[in-house]
This record gives sequence, structure tokens and C-alpha cells, in this order.
Amino acid sequence: MQTGGGLVHRPSNPTSSGESRLTALIEIERLTKRFAGFTAVDDVSFAVARGEVLGFLGPNGAGKSTTMRMLAGFLPPTSGTARIAGADIQAQPVAAKSALGFLPEGAPAYPDMTVTGFLSFTGRIRGFAGAALREKVAQAMAMTELDSVRLQPIETLSKGFKRRVGLAQALLHDPPVLILDEPTDGLDPNQKHEVRGLIRRMAPDKAIIISTHILEEVAAVCTRAIVIARGRVVADATPTALAGRGPDLDTVFRDLTLGQGAA
Amino acid sequence: MRAALVIAARELAAYFATPVASVFIVIFLILAGTLTFTIGNFFNRGQADLQPFFGFVPWLFLFLVPALTMRLWAEERRLGTIELLFTLPIEPWQAVVGKFLAAWMFCAIALALTFPLWLTVNALGEPDNGVILAGYIGCLLVAGVYLAVGAAVSALTRNQVIAFVLAVSLCFLLTATGSPIVTEFLSDRLPALAEIARGLSVTERFLDFTRGLISLPNLVYFASCIGFALFANAAVLEHRRAA
Repeated sequence: MQTGGGLVHRPSNPTSSGESRLTALIEIERLTKRFAGFTAVDDVSFAVARGEVLGFLGPNGAGKSTTMRMLAGFLPPTSGTARIAGADIQAQPVAAKSALGFLPEGAPAYPDMTVTGFLSFTGRIRGFAGAALREKVAQAMAMTELDSVRLQPIETLSKGFKRRVGLAQALLHDPPVLILDEPTDGLDPNQKHEVRGLIRRMAPDKAIIISTHILEEVAAVCTRAIVIARGRVVADATPTALAGRGPDLDTVFRDLTLGQGAA
Repeated sequence: MRAALVIAARELAAYFATPVASVFIVIFLILAGTLTFTIGNFFNRGQADLQPFFGFVPWLFLFLVPALTMRLWAEERRLGTIELLFTLPIEPWQAVVGKFLAAWMFCAIALALTFPLWLTVNALGEPDNGVILAGYIGCLLVAGVYLAVGAAVSALTRNQVIAFVLAVSLCFLLTATGSPIVTEFLSDRLPALAEIARGLSVTERFLDFTRGLISLPNLVYFASCIGFALFANAAVLEHRRAA
């Protein structure tokens, strides 16, 4: 996977106005999740259109993973709902999940399975069989550069490879919606560069949400950034606009997540 | 059902990819064999049947099956793969049934590997092979009940030791309520409960199978035990997902 700078094309940046709502592949409406004693996600609403790469930012414990888990249908929301490619996550969970590629936090996978075995398993669950299955698995492995370890058990792989196995699993069925929880965590700088290139290449056809706390990543791959703190959306802008609010992105992030609204 | 079978195939392969399979099968075969030939008095009874073997199987399963099921959901939680599994486009019951079928198939393989006993008894005499077949079916159904109960308990707790102890206790309750000690005790003091206890127990129904009797009420009993436990399993998973 060569990601020479020239190949990278930035998707045009759709406005987050009513126009993009029409083509929104991810629609979140007043999503709220309360656990015993605290509210992890508090009345969050936004939409992501085809072609958008949304950077989901926030300090640890801000509600990023909880929001993503609800979108992926793992946690039921306390109130509010969301639609993935038009399918309601609660009323039509299987349809919503079919349209979704999800990389859970920490990229979990069955340790005793080989890379090929694991990807074939998720492919079979998604309804592929025979030659079509083999082709999808080969494609996903090529995109994430897993060919060299295809017959190795996942437990023997390095952190970077494991992350890419999770990514391959999310991409396998070429879903219109991708939700990736910290896709570059644990990767070395070269691998980070490759994964960002991969996300950029897929961006034009998909709606993508990636969570991260690496701010440079947002500037590098995202067309839009949402900052979440204490379960609430505190900023929703392009990375450039966000950085323009202060001397640099780091300072803006600190001000947004520590400063206002703390009281 | 297709997704359930895909999950079952993965699970079954996982048993054999780890030492779980070999340890379980070897221990089961050693215990079943030695108990049958020593305490079971296989040779000196002078009868060509597998009664001594069938008598021990539920008691062996009582400890071995919960060892198999204790990791069923706890392991998915520990590895975080439960998040992967339940964000794939499947219904929760498909995962529950898939895991159960794999474990059941595994028990069937372990039971099938006791075939040398069957060969022995056929070499020594002329047993009623229909009765033996019914006995094996009974063993498999008892394993099914224990598995379904153990799987549901495993969904309740992250802790595998707790899952094991709880599953053994529940399965013991299902087995012991039909034993003469308990039924006699109850019919002396609480006759009303004695009938209920006997009705809930797997013991007498299993004995019918070992005598070669396959009756519809018994089949319904085993099917509803398994069905109820699997339903409880799915309900527990759903409930814990919300927390």
C-alpha cells in the first residue's frame, strides 16, 4: 500500500448544513446514555454525510467510545436514537449493522484463530461464501497489508498487526459507514501514515467516524472535527476552523475540554 | 440459523485449537473407563450391557460440563470479542444457539469416543444395542441440559470460578432432586414437594433412557429445559448489555 503524497486526494468538504443531512449516512438524534450514577453521553445529535471523515475528539472518559458502541448496536441508548444508512439502530439492528464496519476499542479478535480464519469467519457471518468470500478476505488483507501474516494465529501478532486485523474485519464487506475507535493506536509512525492514507482513499464513498486523541491526525485525515467533553458536544467545525480559534489545536482542545462548561 | 451454524463451526474449531479439547476428552474417557470397570463392576456383574457406564456419565458431566461452559461468555468478555460478536449483523439468539450447538457437538464427540466400551460389551456377549443407543441419547440430552444451564450462568458473571461453582450447584440440584435420598426425605416430610422435585429432576428421566425407553414426555422435558435455559441465556445477555 503506497500512499505517496500525490495519490492522496482530499474529499471535498460538504457543509454541515441541511443540504448534507439529505445524504447523511449516519444520523444521530439526541443520543443519551446514563450508567448508574452518571451520564456518559448527554443529548448528542449530529449527522455525517457520504464523503465526510469525522474526527471524534475528547479526553479519556468523555463518552467517545460509549457513543461509538451505541452507534454500532452494542450498547442500547437510554434515550434518543441513531440511523446507519437509514436503518434505525434499535428498530432494525441487523440492517444497521450490515451497513456498518466497526473497529471496537482495542481491536478485539479471537486469539487462537489465524488471520485468514478470523476474516473468513466475519465474512461468513456477513453472508459471503465460496469464491466471493475468498476474494473479500484477500482484498481486505491486501488493503491492510496482512498478507505476510495470513496464516499466523492472531495471538502471535504484534500490536500493530492486531490493529490492522481489526481494521480488515471492518472493511471486509465494503460498508458505506465506517466507525473506527482509535484506528491508529499502537501503530508505528509508518503504519499510522499508511492507515491514514487508507482512510483518505476510502473517504469519498463512505461516511467515516474515527475517534482519536492525536490532534495531528485530525488535521491529517478529517474533513470535520467534533469535540466531546463530559458527554456533550462542545465543538463541531472543520479542523482548520477549530485550530483558528486559538494559537494551535492543542490549546483549543484544552480550552474546550477543561475550560468552559466545567462549572 | 445460518449465522448460528457459522458461529458453532468457529466455536467447535476453537475447542480443538486449544488444550481444552484434549484435556476434557482424555479426563472424561479415563474417568468413565476406570469407574465403569472398578466401582461399576463391569466384568463381575455377568451382564452384557452398559448400565455401569451410563450410571456414571451424569455425575461425570456434572463436573466436566460446567468446566466447559464457565468460559463460554466470560472469555468473550475478557477478550472484548463480545463487542465484536454483537456488532456483527446477527440476532443475539443466533450467538447463543451457535455456542450451545458447538459445546453439544463437542460432548457428542467425547461420548462417541467411548465406543471401545461398546465394542467390548459386544465382544463379550450379546447386548441389546437398541437399549445402548437409547442410553447414549439420554447421556447426550443430560449433557445438553447441563450445557444450556452452564452457558446461562456463564453469561451472568465475568468470574469463571463463580460461573463454574454456580453451574455445578444448579446441575447438582437438577440431578439430586431425583435421587432416592432426597425424594424419600421429602415424601416423609413435605410430600407436596416430593412430586415437584421428582418432576424437575433429570435423574429418573435419564434412567428411562438407560432402560431403553424413549418416551415423548421425557423428550419434551429435555427440550424444554434446554430451550428455557437458552432463552434465559439470551435474556441475561440482553440485560447485561444495557448496564
